[in-house]
Amino acid sequence: MSISTEIRVEEKLYQNRYVIDSGRAHIRVIAEGAPSANLLAMIKLCPAGCYTLNESGRVEVAPDGCFECGTCRVLCEASGEVEWNYPRGGFGVLFKFG
Amino acid sequence: MVEKFDCIVVGAGMSGNAAAYTLAKRGLKVLQLERGEYSGSKNVQGAILYADMLEKIIPDFREDAPLERHMIEQRFWMVSETSHTGMHYRSDEFNEARPNRYTIIRSQFDKWFSSRVREAGAIVLTETTALELIFDAYGTCVGVRTDREGGIVHADVVVLAEGVNGLLGTRAGLRPSPKPESVALAVKEMHFLPQETIEARFNIKGDEGVVVEVVGSVSQGMTGLGFIYTNRESLSVGMGCLVSDFAKSGVTPYGLLENFKQHPSIKPLLEGSEVKEYSAHLIPEGGYKAMPELCGDGWVVTGDAAQMNNSMHREGSNLAMTSGRIAAEAIFQVKSRREKMTKANLSLYPKMLADTFVIKDLKKYRDMPALLHNNSRNYFLTYPDLVSRAMESYLRVDGTPKREIEKSAFASFRKARGWTGLFGDAFKLARAWR
Repeated sequence: MSISTEIRVEEKLYQNRYVIDSGRAHIRVIAEGAPSANLLAMIKLCPAGCYTLNESGRVEVAPDGCFECGTCRVLCEASGEVEWNYPRGGFGVLFKFG
Repeated sequence: MVEKFDCIVVGAGMSGNAAAYTLAKRGLKVLQLERGEYSGSKNVQGAILYADMLEKIIPDFREDAPLERHMIEQRFWMVSETSHTGMHYRSDEFNEARPNRYTIIRSQFDKWFSSRVREAGAIVLTETTALELIFDAYGTCVGVRTDREGGIVHADVVVLAEGVNGLLGTRAGLRPSPKPESVALAVKEMHFLPQETIEARFNIKGDEGVVVEVVGSVSQGMTGLGFIYTNRESLSVGMGCLVSDFAKSGVTPYGLLENFKQHPSIKPLLEGSEVKEYSAHLIPEGGYKAMPELCGDGWVVTGDAAQMNNSMHREGSNLAMTSGRIAAEAIFQVKSRREKMTKANLSLYPKMLADTFVIKDLKKYRDMPALLHNNSRNYFLTYPDLVSRAMESYLRVDGTPKREIEKSAFASFRKARGWTGLFGDAFKLARAWR
């Protein structure tokens, strides 16, 4: 089925509640050389669509919509490509239902 | 001045709340750390609550806990692109005075559980992220550094109830980080519908509820499961698959969920609903073989953080609650004897846990994760499709003699997997289930 390519994850995130800690991204991509297969996989795999590929072929992360699930940590922390921390207390996603 | 507690519990999920409540009830001085705005605001689950395990902690929980519906029916569906073959079990015996399973909404339930933890006498510090464990020169864990100002707190023992993606224990080298093949990523939406609509669609009344669990084409060849749980005025609709499978497939989790919702057997159940939240969470899937060491000098680890999830029965929160309670009871015993929280003394916790269903069940299914992960295309695509085709030809009346229908159904199984494959799969499945 081809529906998957048309889904805009931004529309799904719209309903969620977040308290954004401006200027303190809790996840960072440490760019050194070409992105690994795991880091490239995050562009599709991140459930909140936080990972994108920029024009110069680098993977970027904008964790404003992040669920703090840890998928990118599991795939990319070991290689050192992703630096992963939880947001400061009280910040980040706040589930109403969970 | 650095404050000193008997025990610090990191996290306010099922195991953290169970541990903090049990410890505080026994009179210990407990500090619980939670990074969310309130306990529950970071927690995600389907969710089913198992009454027996909560009763052992809070016997009268039914009086005021926010419960959605008690489950009277289970539907297991094996799906192809266009069909489902189902096994349903429904029983009026489940309409009992003290029902066995309930649906809950985690953020709301955990908020209630946390209020009981506070009543029991624990200090619950929310909006506080635990940053790292503190060790003394001998390697004994003596406290936690938090992101509060002057945020160091000391305790005799730290309960790491920090969840599947807990950073403290892994960064301190107490256990490895989860591997992509031992965690599933699940995404979920909350679909709101009028209560009467849910009851009419699922053939239930009052507080009755239904669980629908779906395997087959919806996971697109990955090891995974889809589900619908009926809450009072909403449906929890989700899908989870192994992270390693997702990484290989290039399928987006939200695309997978959207396809699941479009399945002709699922779509009518959700029609007209209003989605009010979209969430995601990791689920430990490694089973017994992925479990780390459960205690050390000055620390214990419980629940998801210790990979305690029975994926074959989709049970996690009850293992979490039980491990939190048992860890607390072990700590209380060590404390009562006025002994130190050493690894040797705290090993009472894994010893006591080994006598419960937690370790016994995890051991029983220890070979299951590897089997399903290595064979996912057969178990999740080939067989569901074969079953569907066999069912269709069995039911479609078009003048083909029955003996020919049966013959061609058998032939299609044999052709798809070969005799060795068929017997091998059946044998391996039976052995892993044993």
